[in-house]
Amino acid sequence: MAYVAIADRDHEQHLHDPQTFIEKYIWSQDHKVIAIQYGVTAIFVGVIAMILSVMMRLQLGFPDSFSLINPENYYQFVTMHGMIMVIYLLTALFLGGFGNYLIPLMCGSRDMVFPFMNMLSYWVYLLSVIILLVSLFVPGGATGAGWTLYPPQAISDGTPGESLGIVLMLASLGVFIIAFTMGGLNYVTTVLQARCRGMTLMRMPLSVWGIFVATILGLLAFPALLVSAIMMLLDKLAHTSFFMPAMISAGEQLEHTGGSPILFQHLFWFFGHPEVYIVALPAFGIVSDVLATHARKNIFGYRMMVWAILAIGGLSFIVWAHHMYVSGMNPYFGFFFATTTLIIAVPTALKVYNWVLTLWQGNIHLRVPMLFAIGFIFTFIHGGLTGIFLGNVVIDLPLSDTYFVVAHFHMVMGVSPVLVVFAAIYHWYPKMTGRMFNETLGKWHFWMTLLGTYSIYLPMHYLGFQGVPRRYFAMGNTDFLPESAQALNASITISAIFVALTQLIFFYNMITSLRNGKKADSNPWGATTLEWQTPDTPPKHGNWGHDLPEVHRWAYDYSVPGQEQDFVPQNVPASEVPVGRDHGVHH
Amino acid sequence: MTITLVFLAVIMATVIGWLLRQSLNTQPWVSDSVADSFSGASLDTNSKTVGLTTFLAVATSLFALFVSAYTIRMRVADWSPLAEPDLLWVNSAFLVLASVVYHWTRNRAVAGRTASLKPGLMVAGALSIMFLVGQLVAWQQLLAAGQYASSNAANAFFYLLTGVHGLHMLGGLYVWARSAVRAWTGADADAVRLSIELCTVYWHFLLLVWVVLFGLLLAT
Amino acid sequence: MPIAVVLILLVVGSLIFHFMSPWFFTPLASNWSQVDDTINITFWVTGFVFVAVNLFMAYAVIRYRYRKENRAVYDPENPKLETWLTVFTTVGVAAMLAPGLFVWAKFVDVPDNAMEVEAVAQQWHWSYRLPGEDGQFGNVNAKLITGDNPFGMDPDDPMGSDDVLVHSAELHLPIDQPVKINIRSKDVLHNFTVAQFRVKMDTVPGMVTYMWLTPTVEGRYEVLCEELCGVAHYAMRGAVVVEGRDQFDSWVAGNPTYAETLARPSGNAALGAAQYAVCAACHGQQGEGLQALNAPKLAGQSAWYLRKQLANYKAGIRGTHPDDTYGKQMAPMAMTLPNDQAVENVIAHIRSLPDNRPPATVQGDPGRGAKSYQVCAYCHGAGAQGVQALNAPRMAGMTDWYLQRQLENFKSGIRGEHPQDYYGLQMGFMAQTLQDEQELNDLIAYINTLQGDSAAAD
Repeated sequence: MAYVAIADRDHEQHLHDPQTFIEKYIWSQDHKVIAIQYGVTAIFVGVIAMILSVMMRLQLGFPDSFSLINPENYYQFVTMHGMIMVIYLLTALFLGGFGNYLIPLMCGSRDMVFPFMNMLSYWVYLLSVIILLVSLFVPGGATGAGWTLYPPQAISDGTPGESLGIVLMLASLGVFIIAFTMGGLNYVTTVLQARCRGMTLMRMPLSVWGIFVATILGLLAFPALLVSAIMMLLDKLAHTSFFMPAMISAGEQLEHTGGSPILFQHLFWFFGHPEVYIVALPAFGIVSDVLATHARKNIFGYRMMVWAILAIGGLSFIVWAHHMYVSGMNPYFGFFFATTTLIIAVPTALKVYNWVLTLWQGNIHLRVPMLFAIGFIFTFIHGGLTGIFLGNVVIDLPLSDTYFVVAHFHMVMGVSPVLVVFAAIYHWYPKMTGRMFNETLGKWHFWMTLLGTYSIYLPMHYLGFQGVPRRYFAMGNTDFLPESAQALNASITISAIFVALTQLIFFYNMITSLRNGKKADSNPWGATTLEWQTPDTPPKHGNWGHDLPEVHRWAYDYSVPGQEQDFVPQNVPASEVPVGRDHGVHH
Repeated sequence: MTITLVFLAVIMATVIGWLLRQSLNTQPWVSDSVADSFSGASLDTNSKTVGLTTFLAVATSLFALFVSAYTIRMRVADWSPLAEPDLLWVNSAFLVLASVVYHWTRNRAVAGRTASLKPGLMVAGALSIMFLVGQLVAWQQLLAAGQYASSNAANAFFYLLTGVHGLHMLGGLYVWARSAVRAWTGADADAVRLSIELCTVYWHFLLLVWVVLFGLLLAT
Repeated sequence: MPIAVVLILLVVGSLIFHFMSPWFFTPLASNWSQVDDTINITFWVTGFVFVAVNLFMAYAVIRYRYRKENRAVYDPENPKLETWLTVFTTVGVAAMLAPGLFVWAKFVDVPDNAMEVEAVAQQWHWSYRLPGEDGQFGNVNAKLITGDNPFGMDPDDPMGSDDVLVHSAELHLPIDQPVKINIRSKDVLHNFTVAQFRVKMDTVPGMVTYMWLTPTVEGRYEVLCEELCGVAHYAMRGAVVVEGRDQFDSWVAGNPTYAETLARPSGNAALGAAQYAVCAACHGQQGEGLQALNAPKLAGQSAWYLRKQLANYKAGIRGTHPDDTYGKQMAPMAMTLPNDQAVENVIAHIRSLPDNRPPATVQGDPGRGAKSYQVCAYCHGAGAQGVQALNAPRMAGMTDWYLQRQLENFKSGIRGEHPQDYYGLQMGFMAQTLQDEQELNDLIAYINTLQGDSAAAD
């Protein structure tokens, strides 16, 4: 550029100066308030989705015992549960919630670089949530096409909500993508341009790396969902034939010709697979920081961890068709996609090794966030390994579309990220609220959640081996399933209800601790990263008081030899560290 | 999907290559006075430019996916190519001119010759609006000829691609209107200049996208 | 500490569950044992990683738990260890991928001596087509599909006239014969799966997909649709019967060719009137139905449904359940119609009878019934007029006490349990969702308010 950049560095940035309650807490441009708005909304819809899942499980465990569940609303519950959990809970919570909260604090910025757009992002997200929830109550109800929304069934007779429900769903997704893009531009630009002095890329905590790369994935992948949503809307409303082939519907010929349902699947999964990593990468990053902090040890192999995040992010764009091995696409694609899919297992495995090696030779505090982080490693290993089954194209033949798939993706994309969400909430609760949570209740919450979810999903894999198909309202009597399969299904349902009720402990703890919790220190875990070094807890608007922090070291100076304290915050200059310190220790 | 893949490969290679260059051969746990004096901004420009560039990557991803969908759907037997109205050539000329005028205005702004800004903005905006109106007239012509979106997938794609491109132009015009207001109300010269610069980039982008789309429509 | 113990217990428990649980693959009935082998290899490799990493983690948590006097080791990275781990992981991944790709190459490549059949999916049932004596399938076109031409056969293609059309969800296959199954759909996505065969493939409207296998064990296997295809997805069942070559040949011979289906006799109502005299004794002269004799109204019911039910009675698919008192009475009556011509004649007569609305006999709340009916409407139509393409008969304006009894029969398994009654099976699934008599009566009360006309004449 031919000119000197205009002043948009932090110390010259104009922060809006909220005066009224509404400006502070409703139309707020403060990233922390927006983060909490995002988080609370996402968790609210997540609870709805969890209730829907309990309804489904009631039918599956105890078929035809509840008059309020029939095939029609069952499929609506399935669809809404999946879509809400993946998009409106996990994506919104990790990026809109934790991304918003952590990026400026961990990077040492006063706020996002485009605070107004950041605020708009939340309100547009809220609009998408409202559209989604409204679709539950329109004539015909919400769409019951499954969260993948495959045409033709999503927009033709025979599927619940094929008239208004699907239109609102697609509209809601479109609005969500706009919201995400506004947020995402903020996260990327803030990470790139608005860090504090001394914060090189390789000094960033892995949470920021995970959120940053996930945002890039989201920005490039969500357009695929938008494209497919727009084209499906046109097929539905303008009678075009992008995805709709010549077909009959309820005995009548439709006027469509030539459309390609497989094209939709390519577009959908071109978004859908990176979406897995949009959720997973922030979880990877956050769990790394939680592990290092509570193990009092630097994250092992930091550079490898960064490169693995980048490698996984890049590879995630060339594995999408492993969701389509039996879709009827050219079967020769199977060779390519099975290979790329299994290659992605290598950087992922390295991350797991490095987490475990971070615990090795640590000094491990088993506090609540740490318990959740260790629980995550366990469930993620399990879910990751079952992914190798499904990614290996020929094993997908018997297992695709069965409960094995359901168990796999709930393990790897449901339970694992949610355990990280809990780890993160417990870990940063003192900073966000200025109060400590109740440790005992937190531990109860952990144990019941971990053991409960494992007793849901471990047996579910075996139902899949037996050939129980997913998305079945009822199995009825089949010749290849033993009677005991239904007993197993019933026990899964009981576990699911147990886990759902367990979450009440969490909400009780979070809400009562706001008032009754012990006052939190500014850095109760002895963490090195910048968000724990703010002058105020919770941090005030602008985060850093008068002076921005300056960074002098990476984010993992735990238990540095020769140091009295077992951590050195990132903003402590070398001059304040005693001489004789032996950096770069190698074995 | 080849087109999208090539595009994404380029973007990912750029991003990852750049990030790797920042990270290879660094041992972040070693104290490093050079790193200590790092300014905090990875790119030597302002954040609005970074934001716009990122947005252009998103928009390119969107158009690349539309083009991919187009080339896949095109192979189905029922595809019957659409004869594009000749008016599109005129519209293209409007868009090229809008881009040229914007560029001229930008050069003037960078050179500090603020007197040229108002007429430059007026002409660029007017040409852009002419482009949009022309596109709508082209739609009218097609509809009058009985070429509806539902008649054939080629038609549907024509309306879709021009429509999405037009929406991006509308978004650009919103920003154009804001810079015009700034120019007329005599706001901070730096802000006006930056706004014009970013708009110029965006207009070039829209022109580029249009050239690709128009070429694709003509060629098939 | 407890977390380490629990991790160890979870690992041990998972292993015990894996080796002890009765829930695993159903016995293989095809040539795809290599699929199972690949899974076993993957189990050993992933199992090793699962046990090793988790036990290592548990050990680390025990060994390095917090002690005031301890201090963690400062250990930023260890390139040598990380390289070794990368190599080790890559080898493990390759060991799983290589056999997978090898078997996939076999799956993609259909053997030359494979026999071809076609599975045709639609909401929510299966039908099949065999190429006939010439070994070639005739052309089909989705635009040609009608009630009379459910396969969309192209009448101008001579190749098609000897194609064998199976209007049933049951496919027979000869044992030890490689078979390529071409799969297509008339409406939405479906998926052809037999758990015992290990292979599956989606059906996609607008294209023909395929898979191949060699059945190796005689028996009857359930076909499941495993791609969500709408509200009755879970009720879309079929069967594959694997049998000796001779039995297979006679099964093929028992199904009509396309040419034969075109030559179906047309009914003569006048001749049918005489044969109807037997029916009239119970069903009434006008086909209006007689509750006292438990005979439902026939007038106004669509021809295809009457034809189907008569065929079911004649084939012993209906009226054979020990508790189906009235069905058992009907079965011998159906036998009095000696051939297709007689059946068509009677149907033609019934179609000529006046369609008067019978009095309502079931009391219920139609408002509540309307909610329950939402699910029924997917197949039977919003006006309960019946939809032939979905094998759903008309219910509006028919005898409601009969409807009530049939719903009870479906719910209790008296009807729809016969293995070949695929549409009855579907209705059985649906009837299960009715919780109690009150809900059933409300539903019928609502159907009594509907004015749906009879479906298309035949």
